[in-house]
Amino acid sequence: MKKALSLILVLVMVAALFTACGSKASTDKLSLGFIGPLTGGAAVYGNAAKNGAELAVKEINAKGGLQVELNAQDDEHDAEKSVNAYNNLKDWGMQILIGSVTTTPCVAVSAECYKDRIFALTPSASSPAVTEGKDNVYQLCFNDPNQGKASAKYISEHFADAKVAIIYNNGDAYSTGIYETFKAEADTLNVNIVSTSTCTDDTTDFSVQVADAQNAGADVVFLPIYYTPASLILSQANAIGYAPTFFGVDGMDGILTLEGFDTSLAEGVMLLTPFAADADDEATKSFVAAYQEAYGEIPNQFAADGYDCVYAIYNAFLATGLGTDASAADICEAMIAQFSSTSFSGLTGANMTWTNGMVDKAPAAVVIKDGVYVDAG
Amino acid sequence: MAFLSNFINGLSLGSIYAIIALGYTMVYGIAKMLNFAHGDVIMVGAYVSFVSIYSLGTPPILALLISMCVCTVLGVVIERLAYRPLRSAASLAVLITAIGVSYLLQNVALLIWTSNTKVFPSIVSFGSLHIGSLTITGETIVSIITCVVIMIGLTLFTTKAKTGKAMRAVSENRQAAELMGISVNKTISVTFAIGSALAAVAGVLYCSMYPVLVPTTGSIPGIKAFTAAVLGGIGSIPGTLVGGLLLGIIEIFSRAYISQDLSDAIVFAVLIIILLVKPNGLLGKKVTEKV
Repeated sequence: MKKALSLILVLVMVAALFTACGSKASTDKLSLGFIGPLTGGAAVYGNAAKNGAELAVKEINAKGGLQVELNAQDDEHDAEKSVNAYNNLKDWGMQILIGSVTTTPCVAVSAECYKDRIFALTPSASSPAVTEGKDNVYQLCFNDPNQGKASAKYISEHFADAKVAIIYNNGDAYSTGIYETFKAEADTLNVNIVSTSTCTDDTTDFSVQVADAQNAGADVVFLPIYYTPASLILSQANAIGYAPTFFGVDGMDGILTLEGFDTSLAEGVMLLTPFAADADDEATKSFVAAYQEAYGEIPNQFAADGYDCVYAIYNAFLATGLGTDASAADICEAMIAQFSSTSFSGLTGANMTWTNGMVDKAPAAVVIKDGVYVDAG
Repeated sequence: MAFLSNFINGLSLGSIYAIIALGYTMVYGIAKMLNFAHGDVIMVGAYVSFVSIYSLGTPPILALLISMCVCTVLGVVIERLAYRPLRSAASLAVLITAIGVSYLLQNVALLIWTSNTKVFPSIVSFGSLHIGSLTITGETIVSIITCVVIMIGLTLFTTKAKTGKAMRAVSENRQAAELMGISVNKTISVTFAIGSALAAVAGVLYCSMYPVLVPTTGSIPGIKAFTAAVLGGIGSIPGTLVGGLLLGIIEIFSRAYISQDLSDAIVFAVLIIILLVKPNGLLGKKVTEKV
């Protein structure tokens, strides 16, 4: 009986070995892998970035010439699932990776990329830990030190003499990273920080944090956190009649698309983002129109990041002169040479250049008015 | 003033813990089992009322009634299918089954509603109360009042009503109650029905106060409420009220005055200390183990 059972188990395992291979990437196309949270608490980011990337792929394939195919995998904003998704993509025959979208999973995946010599460009994972010590991992978004610094600078310039409160997630690399650089920069600029409080991934009760900011008389509350806890803070502050200016970073992006969220709560919320859908330039306008037609919503920063990623890779790959049958390792070396020597202009910034994988571009602030982003100047 | 507002926040959080803890306490007192799926019934209750408010457009009170009905049925069905066949099995088997049911509910919710965060519309339509610089939100008032009403109602029910008395009898001694002509199965079903209906109320109140809804929403308040039940003395209704309120207040106070990071650790440290001094909880009955 036991023997029969173990035999069946062995058979099942062998069968699993074969099914895991699944379909293969074709060699006459450039095979791009994509990893991001397509479900779960950070799904707005992953889906936006994926949609943006798909749109760019569609445009590129319609042009003729180099053909690109995109394989998008879900990681639910979980490091372990992200590495599993990465392994699936490697089996599939991925040549270049776009991802992961969120920071914590990306730190795990980028280590794998470095080990396997697969070139990776993340649309939005902004921690320095993503690129540190890895010559083949690049960021399209500005990184956390850059965001924290820019936020402190913006607040000191636009809210002179304001009392500032901070609520950050000290269990999250992204949030803590921004907080630390914000604090350092704010101290040198003499920004008056009156309240600093923390939360974790599981925090749902922000009454203590919000009350602390209110009692300290803060006019500006800096929230370097993701939009889901931010929505809780906004509604709990509203419930006790506390209405400071809430100032977020790119993690705040997506708050307007939360299902059931009362967008009037987000009125006047400011955030740093390199992309505003209401910008006048031709490229943004045509992107917004195409995105709206395809997905029925106004693209956010992550959609623009995903779109830019595909084009940055496409341009660089064309410049390398390699064929689509080149190995991932060869492509990796050629792409590193391209990215470190040339610049790229896209929706999220003009003349982006890279040093050690980190992008150099200017962040800008937007304010939410009537449920849409408006350039805050 | 900050002290008072923290105290009220603690009371309202504690009231919700107490309502949830009632479900644990009643089931433990009567069926002598820990129903770890209780936290997930809260989540189902919140989702049902989210769907009826957001998608069907029903008024909040009706949505609450609908989710109470759904949860009552769910509770009874869970008891009938998962727990009743194990009535005479080892308590460990029942415990594992309860954990299994908990995972089942979470994953079914994941399938139906996906893991995308939903923002729960508050069922409390009136605004906040301002007394000087103190602000008390409508949700706070409603949750405290609801908790008090439920506690009084349940105490009356278990002392005056026939079914309530039967519940106490089954909890005293199952065999003796059966000999007196009380249907144990029916009594346990009623217990699950009441506990699950209360879970729906707690779910709706919890999500009105903290309006983020995901399939794992119920697990943290579920664990906290279980702690509250143990703290107050599992099996005792007044103990549950004391345990719930105490837990809510300790949690908010330790977050406000000691450390935001260590608040959960402090809550559980208090639990351990109380159990060391009073092993049956604050108001728990002392049971002599028969060998």
